[in-house]
Amino acid sequence: MKFNSAFLRWSAPLVMGAALMTGNAHAQSDSTECIAPAKPGGGYDLTCRLAANGLQETGLIDKPMMVTYMPGGIGAVAYNHVNGVRNDDPNLIVAASTGAAVNLALGKFGQYDASEVRWLGALGVDYGAIVVKADAPWQSLGDLMEDLKKRPNQIVFGAGGTVGSQDWMKAALTAKAAGISPRKLRYVAFEGGGESLAALLGKHIEVFTGDLSELRPHLESGKVRVLAALSEERVGEPYADIPTAAEQGYDVEWPIWRGYYMGPDVSDKAYNTWETRLEKLADNEQFAKMREARGLFPMARFGDDFDSYVKKQVAQFKQLAKEVGLTQ
Amino acid sequence: MFDFLIHGFDVALTPLNLGLAFLGALLGTLFGALPGIGPINGIAILMPLAYTLGLPAESALILLAGVYTGAEYGGRMSSILLNVPGDAGAVMTTLDGHPLAKKGLAGPALGLSAVSSFVGATIAIIGLTLFAPMLAEVAVMFGPAEFFALMVFAFSSMAVMMGKDPIKTGIGAVLGVMIAMIGVDSGTGVMRYTFGMAELYDGIDFVVMIIGLFAISEILLMLEHANRSDASDEIPPVGRVMVSLKEVLSCKWAMIRSGIIGFIVGVLPGTGASVAGAVTYTTEKRISDKDNTFGTGNMRGLAAPEAGNNASAAGSFVPMLTLGIPGSGTTAVLLGALMLYNITPGPMLFTERPEVAGGLIASLYIGNIVLLALNLPLAGLFAKVLTIPRWVLVPAIAILAFVGVYQLHSDLMAIYLMLVIGIFGYLLRKLGFSLAPVILGYVLGGLMEDNLRRALSISGGDMGILWQSGISIGLWIAAVLLLVLPWLLPKLLPRKSLASA
Repeated sequence: MKFNSAFLRWSAPLVMGAALMTGNAHAQSDSTECIAPAKPGGGYDLTCRLAANGLQETGLIDKPMMVTYMPGGIGAVAYNHVNGVRNDDPNLIVAASTGAAVNLALGKFGQYDASEVRWLGALGVDYGAIVVKADAPWQSLGDLMEDLKKRPNQIVFGAGGTVGSQDWMKAALTAKAAGISPRKLRYVAFEGGGESLAALLGKHIEVFTGDLSELRPHLESGKVRVLAALSEERVGEPYADIPTAAEQGYDVEWPIWRGYYMGPDVSDKAYNTWETRLEKLADNEQFAKMREARGLFPMARFGDDFDSYVKKQVAQFKQLAKEVGLTQ
Repeated sequence: MFDFLIHGFDVALTPLNLGLAFLGALLGTLFGALPGIGPINGIAILMPLAYTLGLPAESALILLAGVYTGAEYGGRMSSILLNVPGDAGAVMTTLDGHPLAKKGLAGPALGLSAVSSFVGATIAIIGLTLFAPMLAEVAVMFGPAEFFALMVFAFSSMAVMMGKDPIKTGIGAVLGVMIAMIGVDSGTGVMRYTFGMAELYDGIDFVVMIIGLFAISEILLMLEHANRSDASDEIPPVGRVMVSLKEVLSCKWAMIRSGIIGFIVGVLPGTGASVAGAVTYTTEKRISDKDNTFGTGNMRGLAAPEAGNNASAAGSFVPMLTLGIPGSGTTAVLLGALMLYNITPGPMLFTERPEVAGGLIASLYIGNIVLLALNLPLAGLFAKVLTIPRWVLVPAIAILAFVGVYQLHSDLMAIYLMLVIGIFGYLLRKLGFSLAPVILGYVLGGLMEDNLRRALSISGGDMGILWQSGISIGLWIAAVLLLVLPWLLPKLLPRKSLASA
């Protein structure tokens, strides 16, 4: 009886301790790991799986790569974790994207900025797209822009992210290209691209600024019209008929790269090992198919090249954020 | 017209697929029963496995759909036995499920909820088969304004839960709404109540919230009672194991009504099993709670949310299969799985890849029967959980809660947050608050605010948009009637009865 009550009193703290310790043990394990700074199922999950499945199937790693989810703070929790706790883990990569660069530029990752981590490389890219319903009055981006100039605060834009997120940026840049202050734009923030698309089909919003890859199921259905792809040049099938914004005379580009970073104190040796791994992967034909199945387009920037690319991008976004009135 | 379904049964009845449907159902029940691991995580865990095993598309989908429907079955177990919801959809199941278990009716409660789950899911799958393309068109008519009206309706239907202490119910709901406010404000990008902590930017995660609020506070209550030997604290006797046919039949209308409502809620993109559970429970209480026993272990109060949450799970396949738009977080993950196999959901799916669309729907029928067959006999076994002594049970729940939250967040802050919420929940319970209004305020309040803000950004601030469409007007009228009728009816009825006398 005495034992029982003592056990009762101490069991809870014991279990808590045990749980915390398994947490640490788990963090110190040796096989490769990719942190997806989000819940399962989103773009970061996809980014981690792309590396995990690719590296395994092409034999570049022998043990399966573990994918860990670390949601919170639109990626800030993982960023702080890698900076503060696992700053020199040679086996850890973290998924990142253009969205993370936007958040870094806006100072949403707290005390840390873009130069805190070692940017490793990108394995694929998606592009923004400007989408309207098939029966909308605008046949081209030019039509929409002219109309937008006439009545800037009448046309309703929507996308799957908050004001200040990368989804919003696409709408803001479009407005800016039409010579309108993004602050005047009527923008509706949904939770994810699916909800935004449903709102477009139900005529609740008129323009959806989404991504090309998520539109693939809808190209054939004939229910939506993609006015412009926000890529440098036209991308391949099934998007070949979609004109870019640039060829319609508007300077709007929005590549959404999918890449990885490592801790700030990772050794050059570990960093280079990963760089070679990813470079080899990017050249692999089997991997090209996997990337295509995930709706991504080729992008290959690694090592220092990628590091300077991201830092340059963050600097650009900082400038942009000022121009569109997000920061002072 | 139903060629795809016949073809689908051909696909689903091959030994491999049948085995996968069974495996999915079993694993799903397990994932659902464990607090913290819900259908989304279950599917995220199994998806890479299915892909690595090289399963064909329809087989992988059958496995994953089995996990999804199985999780909605499994979520009710810990709700009934431990008063801890196993997943989001099972929150309302605690209200009458756990009191039943305390009365020694754990076995029948588990059995009845398995039957209700079956009935709800079956109604929804039939609805999916017959009306999918048509419903998809209606679902997109629900815009932010209509969702706002729907949430107003849901809140006013919650008024029946006021019960003995309307003020505490109100305070509880407001607390829930306040918790939902935490995080980045989507309309402006401004942080609210985050105190500069990155962990709070995305708001309080649903799983952290229910595990903290229910599981941790339950553990604290158990510990508090550990050294006392009140009569109420005795382990309840495990009485009968099987649910009787009479009990099942007494709930048949509750199941059918809730199945239909749950299906409709599931079809709407953006509302899921938790909303379905809340709406079906409150509706059923309004319709059939004549003697005011809901919340004290009424069988109908258990059957309604269980039928509802399973129906909504099947309903959320409608927008996914026909429009390629996920109706819930879980179908969003499934959609990702389809894309991996180079399958593009949409109206063309039924003609271009009938083996996938048909196979999936057929496997839902089969999986559902498998789940019933699996869950009915297991009821007796699981009911024995209650006979486990406290000194084993409490640490076991604690382990599940901690591991569940940690595997989801890989971050200690989430654990601390869960503990804080747990202590908060414990204090609320000590003060005589019910937790259901808090969690409903949190779920519905968040959706309500988001959609109000969205509607107003569409209209540019004009409130008129909120009652512009027929759907929203209908919902507003229904909401007003819900509030006024209970007050008006007694005034009208006596006159009638006088007149007839």
